[in-house]
Order: sequence, then C-alpha cells, then structure tokens
Amino acid sequence: MKETILAAKKSGRCAVIPFITAGFPSRDSFWDTLARVDAAGADIIEIGIPFSDPVADGPVIEEISRQVLAQGMTLDWVIEGLRARVGSFHAKLVLMGYMNPFVQYGLERLAADCAAAGVSGFIVPDLPLEETPEFREALAPHGLALITLVGPNTTTERMKQYAPFSQEYVYVVSVLGTTGGVNEHVEAVADTIRRARAVFDVPLALGFGLRVPEQLESLPPDARPDAAVIGTALLQHIRSGASPASFLAPWLGK
Amino acid sequence: MRAIPQVMKNLPHLNRPGYFGEYGGRYVPETLMPPLLEVEKALSEILPSTDFQSRLKDLLSEYCGRPTPITHCDRLSHELGIELFLKREDLLHTGAHKINNALGQALLAQMMGKTHVIAETGAGQHGVATATAAAKFGLKCTVFMGAKDVERQAPNVQRMKLLGAQVVAVQSGSRTLKDAINEALRFWISHQADTMYVFGTAAGPHPFPTLVRELQKVIGTEARAQMIARTGGLPDAVVACVGGGSNAIGMLHPFVQDEAVKLIGVEAGGTGEPGCENSAAINLGMPGVLHGARMNLLQDAHGQICESSSISAGLDYPGVGPEHVYLHEIGRVHYAVAYDHEALAAFRKLSEAEGIIPALESSHALAWVFAHASDFAAGSKVLVNLSGRGDKDLAHALHFIQLD
Repeated sequence: MKETILAAKKSGRCAVIPFITAGFPSRDSFWDTLARVDAAGADIIEIGIPFSDPVADGPVIEEISRQVLAQGMTLDWVIEGLRARVGSFHAKLVLMGYMNPFVQYGLERLAADCAAAGVSGFIVPDLPLEETPEFREALAPHGLALITLVGPNTTTERMKQYAPFSQEYVYVVSVLGTTGGVNEHVEAVADTIRRARAVFDVPLALGFGLRVPEQLESLPPDARPDAAVIGTALLQHIRSGASPASFLAPWLGK
Repeated sequence: MRAIPQVMKNLPHLNRPGYFGEYGGRYVPETLMPPLLEVEKALSEILPSTDFQSRLKDLLSEYCGRPTPITHCDRLSHELGIELFLKREDLLHTGAHKINNALGQALLAQMMGKTHVIAETGAGQHGVATATAAAKFGLKCTVFMGAKDVERQAPNVQRMKLLGAQVVAVQSGSRTLKDAINEALRFWISHQADTMYVFGTAAGPHPFPTLVRELQKVIGTEARAQMIARTGGLPDAVVACVGGGSNAIGMLHPFVQDEAVKLIGVEAGGTGEPGCENSAAINLGMPGVLHGARMNLLQDAHGQICESSSISAGLDYPGVGPEHVYLHEIGRVHYAVAYDHEALAAFRKLSEAEGIIPALESSHALAWVFAHASDFAAGSKVLVNLSGRGDKDLAHALHFIQLD
C-alpha cells in the first residue's frame, strides 16, 4: 500500500482512500457499489465492518452500521464475498472495524482467511499501541499490515513509540472527535501532520471530516497528507442516489 | 457448603497495565489515550495522597453519612437458621453506594484542575450521585442517558436537573445504558482538556475498574471490621449483587485474602425463560471487548452486543467488570443467578420482616441467600451488601406485586 500511495504522489496527486461500510447501501447492491468505487480510480478502499457500538464513529456511520446489521451483515459474509472476487479489484483493500467482531471470528483465522481473500491490512479504531501485540502476532505470518492511527493529541514521544510498529501508512485523525466531524483548525491539523512526518518513514493518510479536496489545499504545502480518507461524505453522496465516480472525480483530479 | 467450589487457580496474566488475568485493558481510540493516562496518573499520585484521602474521609462522613452500620436481621435469622447481617449502604446520602464513587471521582476531578464532569447513567442512580457531587464541588455536570431510560426514569431526570446537571437523551443505538456510555466516551474525546469522565461502575477502560474499586472498597473494609467487632470473627459468607459490579467489588475485594470466607456475586437472570434477555454476563455471556475492556459480554456469534434485560435497571448492562471475570475464573468468587420473580419476592420479604425496603438490585443478593440458606451450617454468619434503598423501585415493583 505504501507503493500505491507513493505512485499516486509521483503522478502529482494525493492518493484517494474511500471508506464504505460493508453491506451499504444494501446487501444486494454492496458488491456492485464496491466495484464502482474501485473503477472510479480509488487507490486503497477501506471496507467498514459494522459494529453495534462504534465509539469512534459519528452519527452517519453509526446509523448506517445499524441498518446493515439489521439486514444481517456479518464479517463472515464480507470475507466470503471478497474470497469469491479475489483479483477483481484494482485498489488495495483494508478492513476497518472494531475489536470485538474480529476477536469473535478468531484473530488467527481472521488473518489466514483475509490473506486468502486479497485483503492487505486492518484498521482497528479501538486498538491503541499497548493492546496490539496479539493482533500483530496473528497478522505477521500472512504479511498483513496493522495501520497505526494517531491524532492531534498524540504526543511526538508517543508517535515515536508507534514508529517501529507502523507499516504501509499512518492514519492521521484530523479531529478530536468522531468520523464525519468538522475540523476548522487548520493549524492544528498542520501541526499533527508535520510532527507525524518527522517521526514516521511511511506515507501519511488524513481522515475524519474530509468532504472536498479544497480542505487539503487550505493546508500549508509542507503539511499536506500523502493520502486522503473519505468516509461519511461519500456515504451520504451514495445514499442520495449519486454515483461514487462523481464524488471521487475532484479528489482524483478528474 | 456444597454448591460453591472455590479453588484458586493460576491463570495466565497479560503483563500490561490494567489487566486482571486476561481481562481488562484499554481498548479505546488513540485520541482517548491522553485523558486516560491523565486519570491513571491521578490514580497513582493524587488518590493515595494524604490531602485527597483526608478530604474524602471528611466528605464521606459529614456529607454522606459514613460509616454505614451493619444490621442483624433478627426475625429472618430465626426463620432461615443462619445469622443474617446487612451492610447498610441504603442509608447513604442519595440512597445507594453510588455516591462513594461519584464523590471520590468528582474530588479527583477538582484536584486535577477539571471544571466539568460527565457521566453515563442507566436508571439514573449514578447520574444523580454525579450531579450531587458536582453540585457540592461547583463543577459543571453533563449526564448521558439513553432516550429510552429518560422516558422510563422521569423522576431521576428531574432530580438531576434540580441538582443543576444537563441531561442528554442519547438517541443512538438501542437508546439505553450501553449507548449512553458510547456517547459519553465520544463527548470526552472532544472535551478532554477541561473534562473528567466519572465512570459509574467497575468496568470501562483502565484505570476505571481499579479506580472505582479503590473508591468502593470502603464498603468491605468497614464491614469486615464491623463483623469482627460485632461477632468476634469474620463472616462465613459475603454476598453482593453484580451488574457492572461496583458494589460487589467494593464489598468483596477486602475479603479476597480471607480464604475461609465464601464470596458470592449474584447476577440478574431476567425472566429466566429460555433465550430471554438477561443481565448475567458471567453466567450466560462470552469473553469479548466493549467500552474499552476485555470482559464477559452478552453478544451474538458475530460479536454484536445484545441488549440486556432485568427488572432492576441498575443491573441492566450487557457486560461485567473485568476483575469479576477474573475472580470467577480463578474460582475465588462464586457467581450465581437470581431471577426477576425471586428478586421481587425478596424485595417484599425484607420489607415485611425487617422494615427495610431494599433496592431491586440488592434484592437479587437477598434472593440468593433466601434460596440457599439451608446449604449453610446452622448459625453461619452471612453478610449481604444492601447496596441501595428501594423507594425508587416502588412504582415499578407494584406493577408485579399485589398489596392488600
């Protein structure tokens, strides 16, 4: 995934990482929607695994999680579906989900099945550094990455503790808040990105609250991320009936 | 006693902060780590200080009414053939043990320089206790409560408002206690600079299970000394109800090293019908991760959290504190189940026989004793934590019991 982001950078743009909740907008149309997000030119796609108690998410993603769970969405369904479609996506795939569904699936089985299903890594929003050893141990034999998350209140000292365990890219949370939150403090975001860049030797992806590419242009040139994660705004766009491609076009410079 | 095998086992221990065996930990977003580390520091530096301890002691005595007495139940002891004692947390200011923790954490917040306290609440008892402590210290207070609970517990909502707290009705998820905790954690992420989260039970991310135990263990420490003074020795058994587990850990923890003392935690079994919702996470749940801790949970096969259910709102939680799961695994505490109808019968029995109306939560502990009294040798000393008074439950209980 590091190479994917660096390749986008070489072609003069920020890499684009859309987030889509598994089973959205419906169980039947999810795989088609995922294919359209991929065809639109996404570099990496984060597939959200729904959880009943998503503490890092704002109201939009929480409500969508609840809807897809009511339709019977499960982690097994996602992994089986991906396994049936191995090789059909241009983008790299990452699963983003809370600890408990992964724990119940079994971490070793999760790693083996996801590797076979073409997944490249995981983002676990309720797994800070101290709690990562078992997860990393399970992923390592399969070459899967556990993406580090840092926020505006992560000290440089703590970033340094994360550094030896950080693979592929680092996810910089732009706000002290939940997904879809509004960030008006450009200086605080710039400060976090500058500090992270000085510590980590992998690309930086910025997420939480991104809606339009102009938000990145408002950042000072030396404090712009290498990749942008877009979740809530994309899901709202798709829910309104519009195409993923029309949302992603300005992000991809099209 | 036959039903209670209590053999200490050695279990693998994850050598990380905040673990009890393999339970506990700190499963939270990275953005919550700084405030949790700040509370952890306060737990190790401010809490043991003479300044904190002497201020807390004065407040617990002058403001809350500690020490609470132990009461010997003469008539019930005669009927049951055991010596039954109650630890009277029901006599505390605000009517339950919750104030021990809320007052301690609010004092900690003040000494940490925080100006705002937040809390989650289910039935409203912890919300009322936190609002009370906040009023006492002049702190701003916001209480998160599931929208469903706001409707069901209107009098406690009014009490919190009268005490100056803002009550936020949480509309997300199942709109109950677990969602109120989610929302409080989210709020804390964005308001951590000036805010302390006063967590209500011995669960949640480290350091809360330890902090809450440290503030609640005054119950067991007092009761242990009182039993020795009153009876010349330790009790044969100590019993407490378990929801999240704060009154139980406070009562049982000071007895853990007393190997001859049987320790019993009583979970809420709901209606007891097959497949029904209940609140018995140790007996009927599986290990998992929720609200920042690895603990036993009511959940489906895919790791989605189930709604809990109990006639007692204060036990109605799909998880249980990590230290309890550990004490269960090593066999030091026996965790039993009492059902709604048993708790209601105990609620009535204690009222009629002793002139004490117990909270429906505490009624679960009493129900277990009433059902198992014959398992004890005659004259055994059984100590029950009467964690709260039952006035708050009267309207609800009267839906189920017929008074002449």
